[in-house]
Amino acid sequence: MAENAQTFRLLRLFPFFGKGNAAIASDRVKKSRKLGLVFWLAVSWLSLCLLATISTNFITFPDPLSQDYAALSAPWTMEHLMGTDNLGRNMFSRVIFGAATSFKIAFTSPFIGMGLGLILGMCAGYFRGRVDSTVSIFIDSILAFPNIVLAIAILFYAGANLTNLVLVIAFYTIPQFTRISRANTMLYAQREFVVAARAQGASHIRILFRELLPNVIVPVAAYSLLIMSFTIALEGTLSFLGVGLPPPDPTWGQMISEGVEELEEDAFISFVPAAFMFLTILSLNLMGDRLRQFTDVKASSA
Amino acid sequence: MPDSTNTTEATLLEVRDITVEYVTQGQRFAAISDVSMDIAKGETLGLVGESGCGKSTTGRAIIQLPTPTAGSVKFEGRELTELTHTDMRPIRKRLQIIFQDPVSSLNPRRRVKDIVAEPLIISGMTNKAEIDAKVREVLNAVGMDPDITLDRRPHQFSGGQCQRICIARSLIMEPNLIVCDEPVSALDVSVQAQILNLLEDMKERYGLTLLFISHDLAVVKNISDRVAVMYLGKFCELASSERIYEAPAHPYTAGLMATIPEIGDKSIDNAMALTGEIPSPLNPPSGCRFRTRCPHAQEKCAAEEPAFSEIEPGHQVACHFPLLGE
Repeated sequence: MAENAQTFRLLRLFPFFGKGNAAIASDRVKKSRKLGLVFWLAVSWLSLCLLATISTNFITFPDPLSQDYAALSAPWTMEHLMGTDNLGRNMFSRVIFGAATSFKIAFTSPFIGMGLGLILGMCAGYFRGRVDSTVSIFIDSILAFPNIVLAIAILFYAGANLTNLVLVIAFYTIPQFTRISRANTMLYAQREFVVAARAQGASHIRILFRELLPNVIVPVAAYSLLIMSFTIALEGTLSFLGVGLPPPDPTWGQMISEGVEELEEDAFISFVPAAFMFLTILSLNLMGDRLRQFTDVKASSA
Repeated sequence: MPDSTNTTEATLLEVRDITVEYVTQGQRFAAISDVSMDIAKGETLGLVGESGCGKSTTGRAIIQLPTPTAGSVKFEGRELTELTHTDMRPIRKRLQIIFQDPVSSLNPRRRVKDIVAEPLIISGMTNKAEIDAKVREVLNAVGMDPDITLDRRPHQFSGGQCQRICIARSLIMEPNLIVCDEPVSALDVSVQAQILNLLEDMKERYGLTLLFISHDLAVVKNISDRVAVMYLGKFCELASSERIYEAPAHPYTAGLMATIPEIGDKSIDNAMALTGEIPSPLNPPSGCRFRTRCPHAQEKCAAEEPAFSEIEPGHQVACHFPLLGE
């Protein structure tokens, strides 16, 4: 019963799941407060970054690619909000445009990984036996590869474009999603409503989709925020190593990488994107952790 | 009362020598072995025994979840053990199960209307109005107000209300047989009575046959026409409700009966009270499985397994020295 309560506590955070009556509404406010200031700061930072990224379509920002030869490595001014890099490009614009790449990866890669992880994990957790062993071997093999090395190899031969980058990063999110899906599926597959569905003549596919998926997806989705931060960091690492998206379109990892050469003259070129990446990853982790606690049976029963 | 050894026309369920084996730590063990019974149409058969004796396994073997390792289960004359899941589907409509934990047997993420309608949808019904009408009808039948219930989720109901919803779900296909696997054990005593009355009412209204599994002797006595007693995966006694409570022939049954508290009776029948622990089903005792705890055990009990035989019409016992006329 405890985990049901947790699930619905999480759902109440989102008004559109609720019935909208006064009792539930006041309850919701109470729970929201419990999430804490840090959680809401994290949400604010992410919303701000997301808004800025989206606003590039409507508001004219200084061109992140055009060079201002009069202001190379310029300090922070009104014209160049966060200064310019060694090539005279507007750092503020570059960071905002770079965020777009990070967010594209952060939203698509975990989504693909989650889909595949759910399929593998739920099959392993529901059917057990041979399916479980096969999935486990597959997951262990992914984990056994030195992950950056494989990513570099794939991107080097397949070409470093956004699609390949998203797919490679998605590949590395599969093990974690599989494990969480498997564990949660096993938890629910023992419950009597699954036997009841079987007794009504439901097929395995129907049980997986109608009975188990709605229960398993809640903790898995909460965990996906933590995975998002992992994908942003992985994109940074790959770009830093030179197999990320090629210049001139900015990404955070690539900006940090370019700034490293100028670290002694102008540390801000690396520090500004690094700070953005740090805050974004921190925010995602804080949010993800908090939401995970709401869905995690053990942590929240205390 | 139908003859329990011969199949009569009124026999709805015929179970012959079913065995369910599991493999634990590389070791095979039988959760139940050679269980046989007949259930006549309209009858309630009670199944009692201590925890872990195989009552629930028997119930689940009958609905083929899982299919028994050996033996035969005939329902309405059709052999179920040979059917595939797809072939089994039309039969499942008429063969339902209710579980012990009503909260665990309802999916926490689905609405009551979807939960109760699920068997209809699985059976291929698509007409929304028709489904809705049926769902409302069964919810009314089990004493739940459809207008309040339909859009809620299970966690918004008490245990007793959840069990009512479970009963509604199993009734919606108008089944012939319902396996009730400890349906009231998880409920408060006051709610137990309500659910038992509801089951009785539904039995009359829908013409149900029940296999009522419970460890509560008093509950079984009230609801059952006949009672079967299980010990360590085997039947030890099967008789009409009156006979088994008045004149138990198996020492184990007698021991169980001695544990029923009676108002005004301050003495505890120590001579009959059960002592000792239930042996491990992984390594059951030789011969009669009850001999390690039996006050009447003799050499023959260790050497030879007693047959499950009739000592009077409709009264079967698996004991070398049944208690008769004592």
